[in-house]
Amino acid sequence: MRESAAPKGGLNDAIDRQILACLQGDFPICERPYAEAAAQLGISEDELLQRLERLLADKVLTRFGPMFQVEAMGGAFVLAALAAPESRYEEVTALVNALPQVAHNYRREHTLNMWFVLATETPDGIAEAIARIERDTGLTVHAFPKEREFFVEMKLEARL
Amino acid sequence: MIDDLDRALIVATQGGLPLVPRPYHAIAEQLGLSADEVMQRLRGLLAAGVIRRIGAVPNHYAIGWTANGMTVWDVADDQVDELGARIGALDFVTHCYRRPRALPAWPYNLFAMVHGASRDECSAKAEEIRTLLGAACRASDILYSTRILKKTGLRLGA
Repeated sequence: MRESAAPKGGLNDAIDRQILACLQGDFPICERPYAEAAAQLGISEDELLQRLERLLADKVLTRFGPMFQVEAMGGAFVLAALAAPESRYEEVTALVNALPQVAHNYRREHTLNMWFVLATETPDGIAEAIARIERDTGLTVHAFPKEREFFVEMKLEARL
Repeated sequence: MIDDLDRALIVATQGGLPLVPRPYHAIAEQLGLSADEVMQRLRGLLAAGVIRRIGAVPNHYAIGWTANGMTVWDVADDQVDELGARIGALDFVTHCYRRPRALPAWPYNLFAMVHGASRDECSAKAEEIRTLLGAACRASDILYSTRILKKTGLRLGA
């Protein structure tokens, strides 16, 4: 999605905004979790399911489910970047995104214009993925493994 | 660490929970487990931190956070840990890490993500960080994202 493009669909009303505000975590683990969450929002289970389906279809949500911390399962998570020539940007994007180990990828304004996060099941997987990207693209990958984590909590409420 | 069943559960849910009234029963059926076992294991994975949380993952552009800046700072090595902790504690910073420099091209060792409805809002937040860093900061930059190229999250092979 381009930054300048108006989001298609989007948040329709106060209930959508409430879903965003209340459901970024703490989704219940019980027999009827949607019913329980819906009751807190004051809507029916069926309405919550329909709204989530629409928010996912409209790409307001990228996913609904568990968010994993790969390091806690023995894996690794590393930020990396490369400088893709403008003329090859789409091709390089396709090559990088083709790896399932690439969890996120963002275009950024800098000489290093492609920033992606590698998430692998074992620590060795990071070096393998970087070697593969360097081989496939012919470009140098800079890895920025975290040396210390000060804070991580990506919960943003709707601004619309 | 996780075992084979945990891993199967991660593979079954990494694309999202089924949008049906009994999602954990649906997963249990798919994996040949009981729903109780699925729920118990998910609770265990949450407690162990393998699952950070369960819920909605928004596309932050689509909900109004159209300016997303990775602020990066070259901070004196002997002060970066103390200052990093203070920047991570700012309520508007969503991620904050110390990372290695890649000299000469990349002199920055402290990364903090800021978000706003405009770039002005992000740069005002960056100014707050700059004030906090004071003389310990030698150079800085903000790298705005202009396009989400991929946002799938973790994907283990089936």
